[in-house]
Formats: sequence, C-alpha cells, structure tokens
Amino acid sequence: MSTAILARLALLEARRSGLVWVAAAAMLIAIALGAFLAQVAITESRLLQAAVVASLLRLSAVFLIASQVIASVRREIDDRRLELALALPLPRSTQYLGRLAGFALCGIVLAGFFALPLLAWASPATVAAWALSLALELVLVSAAALFFAMSLASPVSALFACAGLYLLGRAMTAMQAIAGGPLADGSLVHRLARQAIDALALLLPALDRVTRTEWLLYGMPDLRTYTSALGALCIYAALLAVAGVFDFQRRAS
Amino acid sequence: MSSDERPLADVPPSMWFALAIGLAVQMAWRGASPPVAPEAQDLPSPPNVSSLKLAALGEPEALARLNMLYLQAYDYSGTNSIPYARLDYARLVAWLDAILGLDPRSEYPLFAAARVYAENPDPARTRVALEFVYRQFFADPDRRWSSLAHAALIAKHRLKDLVLARRYAAAIDRYTRSPDVPLWARQMEVFILEDMNELEAARILLGGMLASGTIKDPAEAQFLARRLKELEERSGRR
Repeated sequence: MSTAILARLALLEARRSGLVWVAAAAMLIAIALGAFLAQVAITESRLLQAAVVASLLRLSAVFLIASQVIASVRREIDDRRLELALALPLPRSTQYLGRLAGFALCGIVLAGFFALPLLAWASPATVAAWALSLALELVLVSAAALFFAMSLASPVSALFACAGLYLLGRAMTAMQAIAGGPLADGSLVHRLARQAIDALALLLPALDRVTRTEWLLYGMPDLRTYTSALGALCIYAALLAVAGVFDFQRRAS
Repeated sequence: MSSDERPLADVPPSMWFALAIGLAVQMAWRGASPPVAPEAQDLPSPPNVSSLKLAALGEPEALARLNMLYLQAYDYSGTNSIPYARLDYARLVAWLDAILGLDPRSEYPLFAAARVYAENPDPARTRVALEFVYRQFFADPDRRWSSLAHAALIAKHRLKDLVLARRYAAAIDRYTRSPDVPLWARQMEVFILEDMNELEAARILLGGMLASGTIKDPAEAQFLARRLKELEERSGRR
C-alpha cells in the first residue's frame, strides 16, 4: 500500500512538472524532422522517416526519464523532504522501491505514448514489440537514474554517470568488435585492453540489442532473440534496484 | 505567469529596446551569411565501418540513411552547373561502401549509385559507379537486382558498351534465385540485345518495376517518374 502511494506521488510530480508537454514537444520535433528529411530522400523515404523518428524518440524518452528522476530526487533531498520520509515508520526498501515503481510507471506510459506515431510506418504488432522493449529500457534507465541521484551528491554528476552507463551500454558491442577485429595487433597492451573491454561489458546492460529500429524497418527477430534481449534488461534493472536499496539502507537519516 | 513574477509592464522600456535590437542584429547577421553548399573537394574520406557502427550507438539503420542524405548534399548545388561533375568518385564509392556496411539491407546506396551518380556526363565516373553496383550485387542478388538492371541500361545507352551491359544482365539471370525477381529482369540480356532506344528501354524497366510492385516508396516513384520525363524531353529535343 505504501509503495503504491509513493509510486502515485512520483507520477503526480511528473505530471505537475510538465513532463507531458515536454514529451509532446519532443514527439512533434521528431515527426517534423523525420518528415523534412524524407522530403530530401530520393528513395526509402518511409524507411528513413521511421528510422529517424524511432531513434530520436528513443533517445528523447531516455533523456526525459533520466532527467525527470534525477531532478525529482534532488528536489526531495534539497527540500529536506527525504529526511522527513526517512523518519516515517516505513521500511527503507519500501520507500526506495515505491519511488522506483512510480518512475518506472512513468517510463512505461512514455514508451506507449512515443510508440503511437510509429504506427504510421510499421505494423501494430511490430510497434507493440518495440514499445514493450522501450518500456523495459526506460524502467532500467529509471533504476539507474534513481541509483545515481541517491548516491551522488550533485545532479550533474548523477546525470553524467547515467548518460555514461547508457551510452557505454549501447556502444559496448561495437567496441568489442573493434577490439577483436582482424586488423587488431596481438601485442600485450592490446590483449590487456581487449580483456578490460570484455570485462567491462560483463558489467553493462546490452542496450544495443533492444528497442532496435531494424525491427520496425525489416521485421521482428525470432522470439528467442527478442525475449532473451528483454530478459537481460529485466535482470539489469533488478540489479540496479537491489544496488539502490542497498545504498539507501546505508543512508544517514 | 506565476506569483513570484512581476508583470511585463514593469520591465523598463530600455530593456525592451535592447531586446529588440539584439534580436534584429542576430537576424540580420544570420540573413547576411546564407549557408554555403558543400563542394566536391570538401568530401572527406569516410570513416571505417567499425567507427560508424560505434558512432551509431545501436542505430545503424538510422545513421546509414542520414549518411546518405549527407553524401547527397556534396557537389550538387551552389555554383556547379553539372551535378557531381567534380566529385572524387573513388571517395564517393568508399562512402557508399561504408554506408552499405552499416546497413546491408538498405537499397539506398545502390539506388543512388545507379540512378544518380552513374548518370554523370563523364564516362570514367559513370563506370566507377556502375562497377560499385556490380560488385555489391553479388552480396545480395535477390535484393539488389533492380539497381544492376538500371546499370545495364546505362552501360548500353550512355557508355555504348554492349559487352558491359550484357555482363550485368547475365549476372541478374545467373545469380538471382528469389521468385520475387520478375521474369523480364531475368531475361534482360534479350532486350539489351534488341535494337531499342534508351527511352523505350527505360519505359519497359520502369513499367515492369511498377507492375511487379518493386517500387513501393512514394519518393522513389516520384524520383523515377521525374527522371523518365527528363529522358522524354531529352529524346524529344534530338
């Protein structure tokens, strides 16, 4: 019950802080940019439009959710509302997970909203699969943003850490491919660097395998690939939630 | 307006004036320096496919298409009366190669090579673009045959190189397997040998593609119709 109240408060704050309007503006800008670029294209104009709109909306959704979570938590800390909440007879895990549930729900609603324009270029089933993937990706981003906002002192460092985690998660496969390419030399330094990259990849979410634009352009992958990519997102989001609760337990009231 | 803001009327007139002047100067400055169209010699060497994949951040399909738009802008406008006449075609083909590496299922690079860059008045440049289409055809014949079919027409009618045109047409016949490839495309070698002019051949090719549903994109249909009209006007003048 307390978790539901905290989740509702997070949703209410998102609505009052104007997230809906910013999301609507981001959607309009993405559609307008896609339409403009499609005018310049001499072929594949519909595919180009779908690719540009989908990738822009995905990036906007991630940025919006991360900044919303970080700004909301920082406001709570600066207004000393968090101190008051910690004095309440509520388990800390309930308090943390309640907030996370609210932000995650916010991400799920945003994913559904951002998937709507894509129905113009792809089949409803494909768009639904893309939206589910984006929703889970935003749950993961909410968990990461909440973790960094609670554990780092400044909102700038929290946003930077969150962006770093996200961008590395999306670029890691390409980095591994470059490090292990046939033209790479076999020196000790290079082998060490390659192993370091492989080790780092183990600690990062495989964000390049989810919410893929190619699903909208060329069709869905097989069910096994799709569910395995989404399963990996759930595991990483759960890990971030546990790490966040762990850190929150140590917080001085 | 929230309660901690003062009404606009409280702003001193000097501030309104300064704001208006600032805005006017900005607009005048920007208006006086229109954007410069990129020129042929400005086209840099392409980054390798791995770097492009890294920069794509998991969105290679979107980046591939944006790169095509970026490439299209080179040496097309400005003071150049013949589009792409000064473009370094070796560099251009390297770009098209990299973009195709980024999204191998995109037909944009091959379409542009066959329909835009190959239609250059310089035969040497045309051959570079056609060879690119021919080379890339083998990676995915069932998807890329339509660009090679157009390349065969260019080879016959623009380059007057019947041997090259037959080589392209024979490749379509020999390497395509999909039932989606229409029969007329497989039999292209026959109408390459027939004595028909460029306009007739282009009409057959375009009509066949429209009838078989190969052209689905509205921009592509518009572009091809425009090209056909230009060809008709050119033939009418002769």
